[in-house]
Amino acid sequence: MSILAIKHVTQRFGGLVAVRDLEFEVDAGSIVAMIGPNGAGKSTVFNLITGIYKPSEGQIEFNGTQIQGRSTSAIAALGIARTFQNIRLFAFMSALDNVMTGRHTRMHATLADSMLNTPRARKEESRVRERSHELLKFCGLDEHANSYAANLAYGPQRRLEIARALASDPKLLLLDEPAAGMNPNEKNDLTGLIRRIRDTGVTVFLIEHDMALVMQISERIAVLDYGEKIAEGLPDAIRSNERVIEAYLGKPA
Amino acid sequence: MKFWTALDPRLKGIVVLGLLVFFPFIDPNAAHLNFLADAATFVLLALGLNIVVGFAGLLDLGYAAFFAIGSYSYAMLASPQFNLHVPFWVMLLLAPAITAIFGILLGAPTLRLRGDYLAIVTLGFGEIVPQTFLNLSQWTNGPNGISALDQPVLFNYKFGLQTLPYYFVGLFLLAVAIIVVHNLQDSRLGRSWMAIREDELAAAHMGINTTKAKLSAFALGASFSGLAGVAYASKLSLVSPDNFQFNVSIFVLSMLVLGGMGNIYGVIIGSLLLSSLERFILPQATIFAHNLGFMSLDFSNFRFMMYGIILVAIMLFRPEGLFPSRQRKAELHVAQLDAALASQEQSLYNEAAP
Repeated sequence: MSILAIKHVTQRFGGLVAVRDLEFEVDAGSIVAMIGPNGAGKSTVFNLITGIYKPSEGQIEFNGTQIQGRSTSAIAALGIARTFQNIRLFAFMSALDNVMTGRHTRMHATLADSMLNTPRARKEESRVRERSHELLKFCGLDEHANSYAANLAYGPQRRLEIARALASDPKLLLLDEPAAGMNPNEKNDLTGLIRRIRDTGVTVFLIEHDMALVMQISERIAVLDYGEKIAEGLPDAIRSNERVIEAYLGKPA
Repeated sequence: MKFWTALDPRLKGIVVLGLLVFFPFIDPNAAHLNFLADAATFVLLALGLNIVVGFAGLLDLGYAAFFAIGSYSYAMLASPQFNLHVPFWVMLLLAPAITAIFGILLGAPTLRLRGDYLAIVTLGFGEIVPQTFLNLSQWTNGPNGISALDQPVLFNYKFGLQTLPYYFVGLFLLAVAIIVVHNLQDSRLGRSWMAIREDELAAAHMGINTTKAKLSAFALGASFSGLAGVAYASKLSLVSPDNFQFNVSIFVLSMLVLGGMGNIYGVIIGSLLLSSLERFILPQATIFAHNLGFMSLDFSNFRFMMYGIILVAIMLFRPEGLFPSRQRKAELHVAQLDAALASQEQSLYNEAAP
């Protein structure tokens, strides 16, 4: 069963067609990757899913409901969380506060609760704090809970973005180049982390340039080139697909 | 000192509050109490502006407008002007509600603006409001303002022209304000403001409705100046458009910059420092100069120059303010580090260039 269905989506920016008539489905509980050369429109696809852009044409369905045109915060509340290609943490908030902020959409404290620190709000705060500590631990960040996000090294920053995204108990997690800038050790850890996330029942949809990592963990791969899907299938099929090789390496002379 | 910092913040608050409650019995000097009662108004303003600027990162240069609206609400609803006499205590609830509504009215059209652009629009709002009160003379008496405002009555006790009751009212309002700001700081709403300050797009991806969060910052910030306005207008028993000019907005913003934006206690100390500069230090300096024979010297005229010097000096030597929040300090020091690295790179580049 598909959790996310992108149906005939086209996105134009003026005269430029960033995504053209894209058809793609993500199965619930799987790890799916989207690859393609720089500028192929991969991040645009994520931005369409999370409501930063409204598709010029087509529909996006999440769990059977159409989400295109809804606000980013409403889409987040439905259960889609993401990380960003160029890290966008809350730089001068502690790692713990970053994760607690990620929980925002699942919290219930009203303005009055926040102002008066009612017992209800206090209970919720301590529950969320506990849960956030667990998530930091899950992502291997427990010793950094009180550091500012800005003071973390690159790898931990990427993992903190994942922890923050997980805080909202998403059903679908979008990872935008999670391995960018990581060393081989960190990439290994990341592979394990992504698998463990999937094992908790979260569907993972990632964009990645690191082919080794993509081939290792993805169950399905879609390839985008100039905004069009040129191939889709199992990792092995993609590896030997001629159009894909052409897109990456150019036509043989 | 160590003992003090280790103390539970709630206990600290009770100790300080206790000291302040007994202060008038130790030092019954009316001038001192009068100063503190007035200073309380400005601390309230600074705490309110801190919500908007310090927490949510929305630069508001027209904050005095809300102070004006709060004061004029009291002046119009509790004076012979329209022969309405809403009790002071009711106004303490009503005025914040009125200013909060105006906070939302100002906030709504500016939501898409950020940084400099937002500052300019709020600056305009800060100019429009006193002008409106000046020109609606059939209701506000124009430049003469509204006078003979009702003086608060508690049960049968009339505040009249005494200072002591206003001091206690100021203290009470401040205590409430500090508790509320404290609660907000570590709450769902407070975190969402800070998230917006740090990265609005990422905040939206956390499910934060940035429109609602920003409007609530404007509304809550404005409501504090509603309280301040009621306290101010009732004590002075007079409001006029002159009391809410641009310099008031800047005065309050300077308190934040001096004390340390984002940190409640920094903001309080900053506003006490600037208030005492205006009330005590400059007049004392003038008396001192007169005693030395410089009869024409009046330091009170140098007020704005002093604010300017303080702002420039703070920016040069301690941009995070005297008592910064941990966040702001880190932020500015990383910026300095980046700047240092950049200039180092530049000089390396210059050396390498032929």
